[in-house]
Amino acid sequence: MAIFLNENSKVIVQGITGSEGTKHTARMLRSGTNIVGGVNARKAGQTVEIEGQQLPVFGGVQEAMKETGADVSVVFVPAKFTKDAVVEAIDAEIPLAVVITEGIPVHDAANFWAHAKATGNKTRIVGPNCPGVISPGRSNAGIIPADITNRGKIGLVSKSGTLTYQMMYELRDIGFTTCVGIGGDPVIGTTHIDALQAFEDDPETEAVVMIGEIGGDAEERAAEYVKANLSKPVVGYVAGFTAPEGKTMGHAGAIVSGSSGTAQAKKEALEAAGVRVGKTPSETAKLMRSIIES
Amino acid sequence: MDLYEYQAKELFASHGVPTLPGSVATDPDGAKAAAESIGGPVVVKAQVKTGGRGKAGGVKLAETPDEARSKAEAILGLDIKGHVTNKVLVTEASDIADEYYFSFLLDRANRNFLAMASVEGGMEIEEVAATKPEALARVPIDPIEGVDRDKAAEIVSQAKFPAEVADQVADVIVQLWEAFVAEDATLVEINPLVKDPNGKVLALDGKVTLDGNAAFRHPAHAELVDQQAQDPLEAKAKEKDLNYVKLDGEVGIIGNGAGLVMSTLDVVAYAGEAHSNVKPANFLDIGGGASAEVMSAGLDVILGDPDVKSVFVNVFGGITACDAVANGIVQALDILGDEATKPLVVRLDGNNVEEGRRILAEANHPLVTVVDTMDGAADKAAEIAAGA
Repeated sequence: MAIFLNENSKVIVQGITGSEGTKHTARMLRSGTNIVGGVNARKAGQTVEIEGQQLPVFGGVQEAMKETGADVSVVFVPAKFTKDAVVEAIDAEIPLAVVITEGIPVHDAANFWAHAKATGNKTRIVGPNCPGVISPGRSNAGIIPADITNRGKIGLVSKSGTLTYQMMYELRDIGFTTCVGIGGDPVIGTTHIDALQAFEDDPETEAVVMIGEIGGDAEERAAEYVKANLSKPVVGYVAGFTAPEGKTMGHAGAIVSGSSGTAQAKKEALEAAGVRVGKTPSETAKLMRSIIES
Repeated sequence: MDLYEYQAKELFASHGVPTLPGSVATDPDGAKAAAESIGGPVVVKAQVKTGGRGKAGGVKLAETPDEARSKAEAILGLDIKGHVTNKVLVTEASDIADEYYFSFLLDRANRNFLAMASVEGGMEIEEVAATKPEALARVPIDPIEGVDRDKAAEIVSQAKFPAEVADQVADVIVQLWEAFVAEDATLVEINPLVKDPNGKVLALDGKVTLDGNAAFRHPAHAELVDQQAQDPLEAKAKEKDLNYVKLDGEVGIIGNGAGLVMSTLDVVAYAGEAHSNVKPANFLDIGGGASAEVMSAGLDVILGDPDVKSVFVNVFGGITACDAVANGIVQALDILGDEATKPLVVRLDGNNVEEGRRILAEANHPLVTVVDTMDGAADKAAEIAAGA
């Protein structure tokens, strides 16, 4: 097993004809992802050739699902059109939408999340502004480099893209069931808690690495969740101990979250929940190694 | 982007929220002229993007234009929590019968918006939240449903605003919500919202944070950036579309991805503990699709920082393949020529790492040291900075 994405996943790409969409569709195909088509309303009916494969372009997500049986969409459309693209994926009730696009206005993200919620959360949204989801050796939905790691028994959930890659690389000999890059934007779909819950339920996953960053209180809430619900060992890493104090949230933001949002506060919350927290990414990888090898 | 009080109030006024007339001055004579045109007593207020201005002596009452001049003279240049005052707002002095608090903001945890309101005004809102949480009404706002007259009335009633101001406050709430959405704000705050002796409700002070990601919808927001207050290196970086923040340290940092760069700052700070306590000199994320040009631009900014003694280039090649990064470093050093005088410690890993390391080895630049691990490279960069 793996979580969210596996060898049976059929993937479409929203924005397949754009430069980012084309480039990463090629990379996903090379890493073995079963890509069955793409979506671009203006190029509906055309076919694009990527990596020697003829991929049909559909006018909408619903049509693409009907014609191909797709159950995953990876969204590469530019930021100003992303809200509409995600709403379309939600309305089509595709089980998983992975939103790679960065720079999405927070009002747009809050809007598509509210729409998902109002329509019964039928679509799992990962992102926005995330590297995607990879189940190594099975499927890759997003921009995570597939050749830096292997299939194995660790689950990984992370706010940061390149820190995810670093961890995948350091632990490549043990390997991963699934790595989920949830993104660091203020409003995201899938959270640390959602991924932790799925890893707990996945028999193949033996231990979980979670990577957090300063800002918000998602790590603190995840720590509480770990304490109450996880039987599997969890190792953590938090970035941003020396980052300058965030200015954009202001004081009112801190009142809402009930947390200072600092790396120190997150580390303390995780340790209080029994999560071993590494001081650097490499030290975190070593902690995980010692757990798996013990 | 946080706005100054005067910008926040101009933005409020443009959406129909009542404020007091005032104008901005950058020198004492300007403050005097502003007071003359307002007529009567005025308040001279430091324009800095931080709280606690009153306690720091940044807000003064002036009865006459001459007094406004001398108060402005005292306030301009004042350092308030590290923010130097370059502008004052001169505004009509209002008598206050009652003070309230109101804000709309993003609620990250619940992924929606929140209205916060209190009739306990005139206090820092953190203090109200800590000492009298029951006096702070928190009403969740659905981003799609928004705030209409009925929702505003619900907020007014939950916060227990007095009946005589209920209608006016509800109007302010609806108008403020319009501003929050139309301007793509993540925070709009009025503290205090006041009732004057005639019973009129006014926004006396305001805080606004605008979402930089929504800049494409708001070309006018670019004019709100205070060029004068920007760090010159940050301004230069911004011109080149680089995500750069100046810090007080000696080790220049370039990396890809916000998380990895933040982590790099941490690792360098730890390494610095063993090397004369050197610290990271900046945050610079060259982003996912970083090209050779972006690397050159980034190095150019960092090498322009006189505090930098060494530079740590820390890249994990995901989308950016390591060969492109290596080429960028070599090209940037070519372009900079004799201006590149600071040692570079480079750590590459990920896509095309062998080719990237090969390019750097072949270039054999005297300033470049390649170290394979992040912790090892941080240590090397700190050691060089400490010895320089």
